[in-house]
Formats: sequence, structure tokens, C-alpha cells
Amino acid sequence: MSIFEYNGAAIVAMAGKECVAIGSDLRFGVQFQTLATDYKKVYKIHDKLFIGLAGLGTDAQTMYQKLKFRHNLYKLREERNIKPSTFGELVSSVLYEKRFGPYFVSPVIAGLDDKTSAPYICGMDTIGAIETADDFMVAGTAPDSLYGMCESMFRPDMEPEELFETVTQCLMSGADRDALSGWGAIVYVITKDKVVARTLKGRMD
Amino acid sequence: MDKLDFSGLCSRPFSEKSSAHLEDLSAITSSVQDFPLPQVQDVDRFESEVMAYVKPNHGTTTLGFIFKHGVIIAVDSRASMGSYISSQTVKKVIEINPYLLGTMAGGAADCQFWQRNLGQQCRLYELNNGKRISVRAASKLLANVMFSYKGYGLSMGTMVAGYDPTGPGLYYVDSDGQRTKGQIFSVGSGSLYAYGVLDNGYKWDMEVEDAIELGRRSIYHATFRDAVSGGTVSVYHVTANGWKKVRGDDVGELHYEYYPAAEAHPCFGTDPLEAA
Repeated sequence: MSIFEYNGAAIVAMAGKECVAIGSDLRFGVQFQTLATDYKKVYKIHDKLFIGLAGLGTDAQTMYQKLKFRHNLYKLREERNIKPSTFGELVSSVLYEKRFGPYFVSPVIAGLDDKTSAPYICGMDTIGAIETADDFMVAGTAPDSLYGMCESMFRPDMEPEELFETVTQCLMSGADRDALSGWGAIVYVITKDKVVARTLKGRMD
Repeated sequence: MDKLDFSGLCSRPFSEKSSAHLEDLSAITSSVQDFPLPQVQDVDRFESEVMAYVKPNHGTTTLGFIFKHGVIIAVDSRASMGSYISSQTVKKVIEINPYLLGTMAGGAADCQFWQRNLGQQCRLYELNNGKRISVRAASKLLANVMFSYKGYGLSMGTMVAGYDPTGPGLYYVDSDGQRTKGQIFSVGSGSLYAYGVLDNGYKWDMEVEDAIELGRRSIYHATFRDAVSGGTVSVYHVTANGWKKVRGDDVGELHYEYYPAAEAHPCFGTDPLEAA
């Protein structure tokens, strides 16, 4: 079994009209054994920027700590929050530093531009090849199911409430076909003046 | 082409060709006993290579136990291929006849085919002997088939449960040819989780309702911990009057029946990263 499937994850990010949503499942397991059902895989960088880290749990935590450190340094030097697209480049370069011994993570970044409120979504592979998208991005152990759901549910320019509903359905239904993810979910909806986080009940098998 | 010939292992006499009726019956059963072998140099290696493709339904939890008021059989209903969930509505209890049940773990096709074949053999036994087959004999028929195919890559872990004039019966039969009589069994990837609950709650003189609930709860806990077990929990009760399906609950709803407050569940604690 691939090292990416050691802990299990399902992450979806989707863009709406002046809003973005990103969510993950809550399972933490070792192969087929479920150990916890409260393990969030989406981390906050600042109020308008979140990153989801799928893949090997230990590397995801290390990556998050590294990125948080780099963002703190950025803030000290620049006295402002980092732009989502700049942060994407930062993550990419942090990953490429380990080109020949990579962190086993697939990141998904979702954020809103501070000035224009334009949504920004991107994903990348383990060594930092960025792929930007203006609709949605998925990562985890069930990418086929998640892509299938997103591909059929997505519509451009959704309002925050509708976006939340769409991401939720995509995430939960996608994860229901994957043994290594699920057991509930959490979804963040980011708008220009607030972030709404909702924990969702799902199938617990 | 090489063919497997197991006619020597068959308990039914082949020589009596005088009756046309009997000949028809032998055509049914002998047809399953000569599968063509693939035309390759190394059959063993080819079989182990091809195994990966023909083994869905690897994740499973099944259990069975005998108690004062009969036998309880409980199973989940998930089929998976690796980490992909291919079905949530698999029937893992095979109703061999009104007094005999078989459970399914391992290869879905192997289980379905050979348990149906067992049903056929049991029916022929009834016709030949004018009485129902015992659980002991039925499980032995299956074990004999399993033994004769040993090394050919069949994959099954099954329980044969039922009721006969000697009382309740429960046997574990697997594709290695092993056959064991017992009071309590659990088979499949989630079996260890199920044993934990089952052994803890089992008492010989339980009430029927308590036994059904024990079976259901054991499977539920296995589906919670084991990623490749899930779907619905089905429970069967076997008595002198035959088997009866007594439960069929969706685990998606069962969890919130057992734990109405999601946050109160022991697997829902504090996030160490939240403090950071």
C-alpha cells in the first residue's frame, strides 16, 4: 500500500462568488484501523487563507509547522498577511527543497485576495508542482470519487450558503466510497468579512 | 487441456448409471468439479498473480455464536477492492436451506459459488436419504470441497450454522481445508474488534433479545474501527423451527442511535494542534 494511503484523507476546496470553501474529513487511522474521528486536515494560515494537507499525517503536521513559521517571518518583515498566490509559491518552494526526499503530502490551498476578494484555489504534488484552478481542487485517498462529485455539482459564482452545501455534499458522498476517509467532516466557508466553520455528522463506518 | 478430477473424492456413487434420474443429478454436480486449468507453465505462480484481480470483498466482519435459545449469526454488508468501497449492500449470509446458514468472508465469488454448491449437495442428500442433513455433515461436505481445491487459490472463511435433531450447530470452515466446531466464532478483517465486544458480553443463558443485541453491537463496533467493514448490520436467529432474519440496520443511523451526541464519543477528543 502507498505511503499516501497510510492515514487516509479527503479534502475539497471550491470557489464561489467572492467566497471560497475548503473542507476535510475527520478520520485519523493507521491503514484499515480507525484511531480517531476528530482529526482535521485543514489548517488556518490567516483569516482569509487555509491549507488542507492530505497524505502522511506526520509529514502534514511538520509541513504545517514549517509553513506557520514561514508565515510568521513574512508578517514580521512585511507587516501584512501573505497573499494566497504568494503563499502557494512559498509552499511550492518549501516542498521542492526536499526534491529527493519529499514530504508525503498533497496540499490544497484556498484563500481570498485581501483587496479584490477574488477566490484563489490551488493544489500541488509532493514536490511542489502548482496547479491552479478557478473551480475546485481535491486531494486525499479518494480523488476519483471526489473529482466525480465536484465535476457534476460545481456551478460558477455560487453564494456562500450554496457553496457550503455543494462542498459538503461532494466531500461526504465522495468519502462514503472510500474506506480510508469519512467519519464526519469539517467545512470552512471564507467570505470577505467572516469565516464560518461547520462540523458535520457523517457515516461512522 | 488438464482438468481436475475429483470424482474419487465425491461421496456420491458415480457408477449407478442405470437410472436416468440419477444421471441428470450427476450432470449437475460433476460439472462444477472439472474447471479447466489455465495453459501456463507454472500454474502456482500464475494463480498467485491472478489472485489480486479476483478477490474483492476482502474486508468483512461476520460472527456467530451458540447460546441457550439457538444460534445467532450477524454480519456487515460492505464489499471493498483495496480501499475502494464497491458496495454497501452485499448479502453475506447465504441461506443454504431453511435450517442452514452460511456466512461469507474472503472472495465473494468463491463464497457464493461454493455455498450454493453446498446447498445443492444438501438437497441431494435429502432426496437420497429421506431426511435433512446434519450441520456436522453439511460443514464436512464444504470442508471436503475446500480440501480438494487446496493450493488453487480459493479464498473463503465461512461459518456453517444451523439446527438439526442433535441441537444447534456452528462450524468454521476455510479455504485451507480447516474445519472447527465451536460455540463462538468471528471471521474477517473486523473479527478481532467483534470478538472484543462478543467475548465481553457473551453468556450461555442469555435471553433471545439480549443475544440479538450482542450480535448487532459486536458488528457495529467492528464497522466503526475497521475501515473495510460497514454498510448494514444483519442479524439472524436459528432455532429448531429454522432460521429467521431478525435485524437489518444501517450503520449510518445505528451509530447515532448508540451515541446521540457526536462530541460525547470517546474518539472525539481535543485537537493537539488547536493549542498551537
